[in-house]
Amino acid sequence: MLKIRIVKRLNPPKYHAFLVPILSVVISLMIMGLFLWARFGKFEKVVEAYREMFSWPFIFDYGLPDTISKMVPLLLAGLGLSVVFKMKIWNIGAEGQLYLGAMATTWGALFLFKNVENSLILIPTLLLMGAIAGALWAFIPGILKAYLKLDEIVATLMLNYIAAHWLNYLIYGPWKDPEGYNFPLTAVFPESSWLPMFGESGIHSGVLIALAMVVLIYFLMYRTRWGFHLKIIGDNQTAARYSGINVEKNIILAMILSGALAGLAGGIQMLGVQHRLQHGFSPGYGYTAIIIAWLARLNPWAMIVVAFLFGGLMVGSEQLQIMMRIPISMVYVLQGIVLFTLLASEMIFNYKIEILIPRNGGEKSWR
Amino acid sequence: MILKVLSAAVRSGTPLLFATLGEIITERSGVMNLGLEGLMLIGAITGFMVSYNTKNVYLGFIAAMIAGAIFALLHAFMVITLRVNQVVSGLALTMLGTGISGMLGRSYIGQVAPKFSEMRIPILSDIPGIGEIFFSHDILVYLTYILVPLTFFILFKTKPGMILRAVGEEPSAADSRGINVYLVRYIATTIGGAITSAGGAYLSLAYTSMWIENMSAGRGWIAIALVIFSAWEPFKAMIGSYLFGGMMATQLRLQAGGKVNISANILMMLPYIATLVAMVIFSSSEKFRKRIGAPTALGIPYSREEKT
Repeated sequence: MLKIRIVKRLNPPKYHAFLVPILSVVISLMIMGLFLWARFGKFEKVVEAYREMFSWPFIFDYGLPDTISKMVPLLLAGLGLSVVFKMKIWNIGAEGQLYLGAMATTWGALFLFKNVENSLILIPTLLLMGAIAGALWAFIPGILKAYLKLDEIVATLMLNYIAAHWLNYLIYGPWKDPEGYNFPLTAVFPESSWLPMFGESGIHSGVLIALAMVVLIYFLMYRTRWGFHLKIIGDNQTAARYSGINVEKNIILAMILSGALAGLAGGIQMLGVQHRLQHGFSPGYGYTAIIIAWLARLNPWAMIVVAFLFGGLMVGSEQLQIMMRIPISMVYVLQGIVLFTLLASEMIFNYKIEILIPRNGGEKSWR
Repeated sequence: MILKVLSAAVRSGTPLLFATLGEIITERSGVMNLGLEGLMLIGAITGFMVSYNTKNVYLGFIAAMIAGAIFALLHAFMVITLRVNQVVSGLALTMLGTGISGMLGRSYIGQVAPKFSEMRIPILSDIPGIGEIFFSHDILVYLTYILVPLTFFILFKTKPGMILRAVGEEPSAADSRGINVYLVRYIATTIGGAITSAGGAYLSLAYTSMWIENMSAGRGWIAIALVIFSAWEPFKAMIGSYLFGGMMATQLRLQAGGKVNISANILMMLPYIATLVAMVIFSSSEKFRKRIGAPTALGIPYSREEKT
C-alpha cells in the first residue's frame, strides 16, 4: 500500500527564505490575474494593470512618498505585535490601539495644547500622549488575560469596535469641525504640531521614529534579558514560571509596549499625514500589521521590508482604483491570496512529502 | 412594545446563532476559525446572488452554505494539513471573504432579491406572548430551533459527537483508538463553516433583502465571543445570541425612535462593552471557570509524527 506522510525538513536550505515569499507572490499575482482577466476580458489590460501597480508606488516622484507614509504605521504596529506574538499572546487589537493613539494626539493638538507654539516641545508631547493612550487600551486586555485568563483575542476585538465607535462619536459629535460642511472630521491642527517634512519630498520625519523603534525593539527582544524572558514564556509558560519569571507582569508589560507602539503609529499618522482626525483614516493598518508581523517572522529587520512592500501594495491598488476603476475590495482579495499562498508555501517548503512505496527490501521514499 | 422588542431580539439574534453554532462545532474538534466574519459575508453575497438570479430563496440559501463550506475547507487545509497558525489563517480568511464579497457584490448594490417571508406557525403562533416572540418569523428562524437541539444531541449523546469532542480534547488519545483526527477535524470545520455562512445568508435573504457591503458588521466577531460566553454549548449559545440580538435591536429602535438623546455611536458600543463585561464576570468566578470547558486541544495543530 502507498503511504503518504509529511515530514519536517531538518535543514531547510537557506535560499528558501527568499524563494518562498517570491514564489508565493508570483502565484498569487497569477491567481489575481485570472480575476482581472475575467473582469477586463483582455489580457493586455491585466499586464497594464500590473505594470501600473508595480511601478507607481516605488517611483520617487509618484507614489513613493505615499508608500513610505503607509509603511510607517504598518511597521510600528507590526513591531508592537511582534513583541506579544513572541509570547503567543494574540493581540488583535492594534487597530483599536491605533485609534486611541490618534484620538489622544488629536485631543492634545486641538484642545489641550492648542496654544503651545514650540514644536520641539509640542510634537514629542503629543506623540507621547498617543503612545500612552494606545498603551492604556492594550493594558485592559493585558490585565484581564494575566489575572482572569480572559481570552485576549476576543477582548482586543471587542475593544477595537468600542474604539471605532468612540472615534465616530467624537468626529460626528463634539469634535466635528464647525467649518467642515458637516463632514465627519475635526478641524485642522495648528501647523506647529505638524511633523517636519524632508524638504519637498513629501516624506515626513515619522519614518525616522519608526526606524528608531526597529532598532529599539531589536535590542529589547534579542539583546536583553527581558526579551529572553518573553521568549521563554512564549515557548513554555510552565517552565518560565518555575525559573522564577513573573509571567503575569510580563504579559501586561508586553501588552503595554505593543499598545504604545500602535498608539504611536496613530499619533504619527495624525501629525505627519492627516493633520486632522477623520472617518476612515486607517484602512485597517492594525489588522494588516498582524499579517506583517507574521510574514516577517517577528523579525524587526525583516519587518521593514515587508511593511514597505505592503505599503506599496496599498498604494498600488489605490492607483489601480483611480486609473482602471478596480474596486478597493480587490486589495483585500489580493492581500488574502498573498497571505494564504505565503503561509501555505512556507509550510510546504519546510516540510517534505514522503511517499512510501513498499518494496521487497523495505520501503523506498520519494522526495 | 416589549413583545415587539423580544420578537426583534430573536430575529436579529438568529444570524449570530447560526455563526455561533457553526463555530462551536468547529472549535469542539480543536480547530479555531477566526474567519467567521469573512464566511458570513461570503454566505450573504452568495445567497443574494443566487436568489437574485434564480428568484429562488431556497437555492440561494443552499448555495450560501456550499460556498461557506468551500471557504471553510480552505481554512481546514491550511491549519490541519499544512499546520499554519490558526489565528493568522482565520484573519486571512476574513480578509479574503470581505474582499471577494465586496468585489462580487458591486453590481448588486441597490438591487432587491426575493426574501424568506414570514410564516406564522398555526396554533403555536396563537399562544399569547410566546407565539409573537418565537413563532411568527421566517422559516430560517425555525430551522435554528431544530438545529440547536440537534447539535446538542449529536455532540453530547451520539458516538460521532463523542469522537468529535475527543479529537478536540485529546487528539493523540483519539488517534491511538483508531480515530482519524485529520478527517474528523476536516468534517467539523467544513460543516461549521457551512452553518456560519447560513447566518450570513440570513442577513441578505431574511433580515433584509439586499446586499450591503460589509453587511455582517462585526457579527462574526461577536459570534466568536459568544462561543466562549456559551461555554461551547448550543443551548447557551441560543440564550447568548438572543441577548445580543436584543441589544442590537433595542439600539436600532432607540435610534429610530429619536426619543433618547444619546448619540447613535455610543449606543453602538453597547453590545461590545456588554460582551466584554459579561466575559469578565464569568471568568472571574472560580466556579464558572472550572465549569466552562474550552476544548483542551483548541488551536493546537495535530501531528502524528511530532507528539508533544
